[in-house]
Amino acid sequence: MHVWRRAGTIGIALYCLVPFYWMVVSSFRRTADIHDTTPLPSPWSLESYEAVFAADMGFGRSLLNSLVVAGVTTAVTLLVGTLAAYALARLSFRGKNVVLALVIAVSMFPGALLIVPLLKLFTAIGWINTYQAMIVPSMSFALPLTIWNLTTFFRQLPYELEQAAMIDGCTPFAAFRRVMLPLAAPGVFTTAILAFIATWNEFIIAVTMVNDQERQTATVRIAQFTGAAKFDTPFGTQMAAGVLVTLPLVLLVLFFQRRIVAGLTAGALK
Amino acid sequence: MLSPTLLVLALVVFYPLVAAMRESFYESGQRLDADGFVVEGEWFAGLANYAGVAQQRFINAALNTTLFTVVTVSLEVVLGMAMALVMRRAFRGRAFLRASILVPWAVPTAVAGLMWKWIFQADGVANALLGTQILWTADGPWAKLAVIVADTWKTAPFVGLLVLAGLQIIPAEVYEAARVDGATPWQTFRRVTLPLVKPALLVAVLFRLMDALRIFDLPYVLVGPRKQSVETLSGLIWDEATRVHYGPASAYGTALFVYIAVIAFVFVKLLGADLLSDVRERRLSGRREGNARVA
Amino acid sequence: MKALHVTAAALALGAGLAACGSSPSPQAPTQERGPITFLGGKFEAESVQKIVDAWNAAHPQEKASVVLLPESADEQRRKLIQNAQTKSDAGDVMLIDAVWTSEFAANRWVEELKLDTTGFLPTTIETAKYRDKLYAMPVFTGTGLLYYRTDLVKQPPKTWAEMKKICDEVLPKQKGMSCYGGQFDKYEGLTVNFSEAVASAGGELLDASGQPQLTSEAAKQAARFLADAFKSGMIPKEAITYKEEEGRVAFQEGKLLFYRNWAYGYEAAQKTDGSSKVAGKFDVAPIPGLNGPGAGTLGGNNLAVSAFSKHKQTARDFVAFMTSAEQIKAFARTSSMPVPRAAIYDDPEMIKKYPYLPALKEGILAAKPRPKAVRYGDVTAAIQESAYAIITGAKPVDQGLSELQTALGPLLK
Repeated sequence: MHVWRRAGTIGIALYCLVPFYWMVVSSFRRTADIHDTTPLPSPWSLESYEAVFAADMGFGRSLLNSLVVAGVTTAVTLLVGTLAAYALARLSFRGKNVVLALVIAVSMFPGALLIVPLLKLFTAIGWINTYQAMIVPSMSFALPLTIWNLTTFFRQLPYELEQAAMIDGCTPFAAFRRVMLPLAAPGVFTTAILAFIATWNEFIIAVTMVNDQERQTATVRIAQFTGAAKFDTPFGTQMAAGVLVTLPLVLLVLFFQRRIVAGLTAGALK
Repeated sequence: MLSPTLLVLALVVFYPLVAAMRESFYESGQRLDADGFVVEGEWFAGLANYAGVAQQRFINAALNTTLFTVVTVSLEVVLGMAMALVMRRAFRGRAFLRASILVPWAVPTAVAGLMWKWIFQADGVANALLGTQILWTADGPWAKLAVIVADTWKTAPFVGLLVLAGLQIIPAEVYEAARVDGATPWQTFRRVTLPLVKPALLVAVLFRLMDALRIFDLPYVLVGPRKQSVETLSGLIWDEATRVHYGPASAYGTALFVYIAVIAFVFVKLLGADLLSDVRERRLSGRREGNARVA
Repeated sequence: MKALHVTAAALALGAGLAACGSSPSPQAPTQERGPITFLGGKFEAESVQKIVDAWNAAHPQEKASVVLLPESADEQRRKLIQNAQTKSDAGDVMLIDAVWTSEFAANRWVEELKLDTTGFLPTTIETAKYRDKLYAMPVFTGTGLLYYRTDLVKQPPKTWAEMKKICDEVLPKQKGMSCYGGQFDKYEGLTVNFSEAVASAGGELLDASGQPQLTSEAAKQAARFLADAFKSGMIPKEAITYKEEEGRVAFQEGKLLFYRNWAYGYEAAQKTDGSSKVAGKFDVAPIPGLNGPGAGTLGGNNLAVSAFSKHKQTARDFVAFMTSAEQIKAFARTSSMPVPRAAIYDDPEMIKKYPYLPALKEGILAAKPRPKAVRYGDVTAAIQESAYAIITGAKPVDQGLSELQTALGPLLK
């Protein structure tokens, strides 16, 4: 059994990492030998990374923009979504299922069609080239996920805990904040990470709503990287940028991973 | 507590949704005047834009979409479950494993598409490793497989993480009880883990289903637009929209919306009593069930 | 429906009359002047920036700033159309693909231009016109060239039959080498290669009156040539996945004896850093045809003035400035992108820098534009659909062509 488990663990790690490894290797090749299939670059080259950080590309700035957009979207979504999820999980009111159904229905429409009406709307209210023009639409996919995930999460937590807290004199909100939220931490963190990554990688809204290079996010900048010639897909540069865009997320997970798995086992019930 | 949510969704989804649905009944930008200029304005077209729904291209795209959805979501559930179980255990290097499982999800889709295109191209590393000469990115059955491999790689971690969060909420006592009762690992998984993680798993599957039914960028980047073997409904809609056929694009979008809604409805009806039922009722029955099973 | 039209027409008429009644004040030229934004592509950005700097030095009150569009042609097109739909003045001057000119003009997204077109290669000016009126100015151009291996081929072939004959002689001694490649993936490049084949067989996709001519003998010969070449392996099987770059790499790896590509591939294949195995061993020639030299398809980009610009006069002057003889030459000095002015191709300094220029000029003058159509997106999709089916053998030549003939009819009205 242990052998099996070990083999499974290694297998999963390999499955996830090998394609990414290829991406990293490709990013360290020279543009000229980008088509090689050797397991390691020969010679190693920082050409692609230099191209990414060339002054006129504004890649650093775009990473910052991505951080602002994804960070604010995640924070606001969590704030709004946690409250909504708690209400849906714990309070009984008429039309609750309708709300849940509506929330999920918004995840069903093909994104390509939402863009043009939104663009017209944002042009009319002067939101083009602003952060909120990216943040607000991004909430349309972050919110449903947050609400549904956290609603199931809150539902599973024992009711008795809140009751006990309220008997101890807590208001419902204090019960939520002091008792439920810490218990739900792994769910909230997991959801936050999923929402953050989804927003971080968003492309179509960002490329539509923003023309100004100063406000463009990293995924949009990557699409503007160019090769040595007109038809040349700048594969190395894009892979290097892909690695750079992925790394902060991996670090984020390494940093927060304890929070993702805390919860009941280590939490209040012990 | 709900109003901010509803406000946001009304602004960024319901408004464009209504606008797009209205568009599906109108024709615009298709008429030329005598001087060769496009006549401005729009005309009510009735159901004319929906005519394509019955045609071969739409049906083919619907079949592809369904196939991709069924296959990738099934694979992702199995893999995601395995990932969650592995991530949950305490062992050396666990942090590293958790981070590495998240890597595919963290790679931007467009970059992931390019990466797989690179791997799968005619003289790429996939053929080099397999010793084959397969044209993965040309129209044909191999292209389907390439899309499935790439999509599963990209999104299984999503399922894994959501299930992991669900696993965290299972009290250690339950496992303790199962161990004391002498349950085998498989029995523990079937009788304890699976039922208790079901709500989280169902949410993950629901979201993956709806996402997979709208799959677009991977086949588009990896194989290319208008390739029969991998064209999905969203790809078709995108193609129509880029050629400024907003009427048909909106009509197909509405049809896809209805299709997804039906699937979601059926899914929730069949499997999702857990998702919508009242809290108390579910908890009570859940406890009885749990007790009976552990006992 | 009919009643609705009549009402709409009446309303439109009414609106027009009302507008006449309110005596519009003619806009003073000064109001059409001011700072402008140029929406350009990334690749040629550095060389373009130099021209923009020169403009800004001379016009401090009407400075131009450059905003880069996404790299892929599809994304560029989407962005420009979105700007037009929101009537945005985000770009006063825009770089458009030559084949979009008709669509943009017919939709009144771009302004008619009255600029001097002397000194340009005539075929390039044709791509900038819609119904005989000028709506853009060519700024980049190009056509297909035949890359061939000088170490294996003495004289580049003039006809397809010659090419096949050379291959039959050379290939048995070369391991892993195929005869010929082009761009055959299902995208714009396939339209280019297919129309090139038809033109090289002496036919045309559309006749002078704009009617499709796909059932002509020439079209059949061309389609048969491509289908047979795929079937016999003269064109390698993997060429069905080739865009420009995949094929260029194959040629540089020594996997192709002949390759059809744009001029840009010359510089890359000439590199001596080990990336190209054919450096110093290849040259370019005009592409071959059925009975003699072939005719390429014209590529390229035009500059257009947005209909939603607030400073149209400045924008027009900027287009004239950028396409002036002086600036085009300055551009050609720093970029290998082919330009539309004839003088460059006869300039000894330029020929020394880009040895392929004479072959390219010959190619461009013989080149045919792709079909001019308001619904070009639909036209090219239809061509790709049929051409792909024909070359992969999914459909017989005659059937594929007659289906295309039928499909194009309503799209060209």
